[in-house]
Amino acid sequence: MDDVLTAPMVVEFPFTRSLGPVLSAFLTGLRERTVLGVTATDGRVVVPPTEYDPVTAEEVRDLVEVGQTGTVTTWAWNGAPRRGQPLAHPFAWVLVRLDGADTALLHALDAPEGPGSVSTGMRVRVRWAQERTGAITDIACFEPAPHDPPPPGRPAAHPGTFPEPVTGIVAAARLDYTYSPGRAQTRYLNALAEHRTKGERCPRCRKVYVPPRGACPTCGVATGEQVEVGPAGTVTTFCVVNIKAKGLDIDVPYVYGHIALDGAGLALHGRIAGIPCDQVRMGLRVEPVWTEGGRHPDHYRPTGEPDAAYETYKELL
Amino acid sequence: MTRTEAGQVAVVAFAQSRHERATDGSSEVEMLLPVLRDVLDRTGLSTGQIDFTCSGSSDYLAGRPFSFTMALDGVGAWPPIAESHVETDGAWALYEAWVKLLTGEAETALVYSYGKSSAGDLPEVLTRQLDPYYLAPLWPDSVSLAALQTRALLDTGATSERELAGIAARSRAAAADNPYAQLRGGSVDADAPPADAYVAQPLRRHDLPPVSDGAAAVVLAAGRTARRLTARPAWIRGMDHRIEAHSPGARDLTRSPSTRLAAEHAGLFDPGAPPVDVAELHAPFTAQEVVLRNALRLGEETAVNPSGGPLAANPVMAAGLIRIGEAAARITRGEARRAVAHATSGPCLQQNLVAVLESDGSAEDGSAEDGLTEGGEGA
Ligand SMILES: [Zn+2]
Repeated sequence: MDDVLTAPMVVEFPFTRSLGPVLSAFLTGLRERTVLGVTATDGRVVVPPTEYDPVTAEEVRDLVEVGQTGTVTTWAWNGAPRRGQPLAHPFAWVLVRLDGADTALLHALDAPEGPGSVSTGMRVRVRWAQERTGAITDIACFEPAPHDPPPPGRPAAHPGTFPEPVTGIVAAARLDYTYSPGRAQTRYLNALAEHRTKGERCPRCRKVYVPPRGACPTCGVATGEQVEVGPAGTVTTFCVVNIKAKGLDIDVPYVYGHIALDGAGLALHGRIAGIPCDQVRMGLRVEPVWTEGGRHPDHYRPTGEPDAAYETYKELL
Repeated sequence: MTRTEAGQVAVVAFAQSRHERATDGSSEVEMLLPVLRDVLDRTGLSTGQIDFTCSGSSDYLAGRPFSFTMALDGVGAWPPIAESHVETDGAWALYEAWVKLLTGEAETALVYSYGKSSAGDLPEVLTRQLDPYYLAPLWPDSVSLAALQTRALLDTGATSERELAGIAARSRAAAADNPYAQLRGGSVDADAPPADAYVAQPLRRHDLPPVSDGAAAVVLAAGRTARRLTARPAWIRGMDHRIEAHSPGARDLTRSPSTRLAAEHAGLFDPGAPPVDVAELHAPFTAQEVVLRNALRLGEETAVNPSGGPLAANPVMAAGLIRIGEAAARITRGEARRAVAHATSGPCLQQNLVAVLESDGSAEDGSAEDGLTEGGEGA
């Protein structure tokens, strides 16, 4: 079997998200080196705070300021940090119950002495980032703290108001993939590289799919028999494009059409050139034009043959 | 249209791919298609005879937007079919199909799911399911989160690293009999001191599931139709799913109250119910099996993950559906009368689904043989 084509693919997507009043106060507080929690209906102090009660789902708005020192409730060693994680050198993931809080916050613990220096119950404190914008990463990480017991008493109320509160975050994300189009499309793309168009025939309904996707969507069975189609075909429908697409080096107006290659069971689409826009018509006979080094046809141009009769392509519209 | 009684919907067929680290360059539909053919062949149904189709998958795994619409090519969706999709494990697609059959709107359903994790970096991809404000910006990978849960459990004394190694060894030894599993046979000696190095202390290599590409499919049928399609339907006596707080620091990671509650609602603890012969648990990390056994109150009489479970093959998005399929297959083969299947989703067992499956005649009311033949016409 032919080697299947693969290519690196990067998906990047910045999500812009708005903040409710509690999350806004918490993240603005981090910018101002202040850690806030919210008092839940049952009196527990939730850090990091939620907009709604974790049990009753009621709105919760009573903010308190908790300590910047806390206790590790569980930890895990991360010997090989990944892109985007808080520290570039080995560190411990920790859940930290900050003094005055009843829940724990996930973050990194900088433990230069290694996993042997980390334990559940150890005391740690916030290390602030130099540049703070109103994000969870305003806490650069935690660092070990002296083993003093947590201070007694309940945390004090806090109004949660700061100058210039942050109202949203932009969460950038990037994921790297190795994309493979699969076996059927690899066969199709390899044939295209030789300037031949190969579809695949459904063993049940006999329809020839171009480009093939590996299965007949009508019958739900695998296609496998390769069928060379074209090279010429018939324009089944078309439109005139008058708006220039971003990043596309084609002058407007141009014609984009559906083209049923001879022998294909459905039409594919492509640009039609070599003819004035106002002369393109249904039934026009066209053939592909490849440019040097291109895997896909650059465009289709008229063959000069008489137009195809409507009956020959009406099922392919 | 008449409602179908709870307990009168059965798994009548199950199929899965041979799970592997990376499928040989196949697209998702190319990976799925043989599984769909297999499951339909087991019932003799053609795609046109299926009343409802429901699938579970995530575009994030292979990075293909709307991959589930491409996967529909494998179903034969013309003339137009009644179809739905969930962006989570196929066990939840099965739940939707089960509800559809209970309404009486359908007599048969095809449920399938697939995951092609090999295209990306799975632990990193899974960070994108996390809360975007507090968790996702830190990129905490799925292995690290499971390590936090495992440490919490070790700290309580409820398990030991040796017991966890034993779970890994038992799972992979059990998988030796499972031709579809990816990690098969014993490579872990539970009695020797753990030899594997830590991957993310306290997790060692053997505590982690493999990264798998794979697919699975199940056919459900109601009442009389189920009896027509198989000699031994695996009746779904109850099914429920429950969710907990998302933040791992807001939960007790050593317990799974959502699993307990789902099991109660699924009838697992019903008074007088026969013992559970088999449990198929969606516990990708060894410590999670300990948490789930507790939540489901499983004792020594129950064989846990005789298929090898997710520690032997873990195609994300299909691994939960496979638990239901494997549990049903034990009943279909006559190896179990009552089985429980569990599926999970989210970090550290955040969301859990429990299904209780039974063979004919295992119900205490004795009505199985006659009552069930009325099938969809009942009630
Ligand atoms: Zn066909």
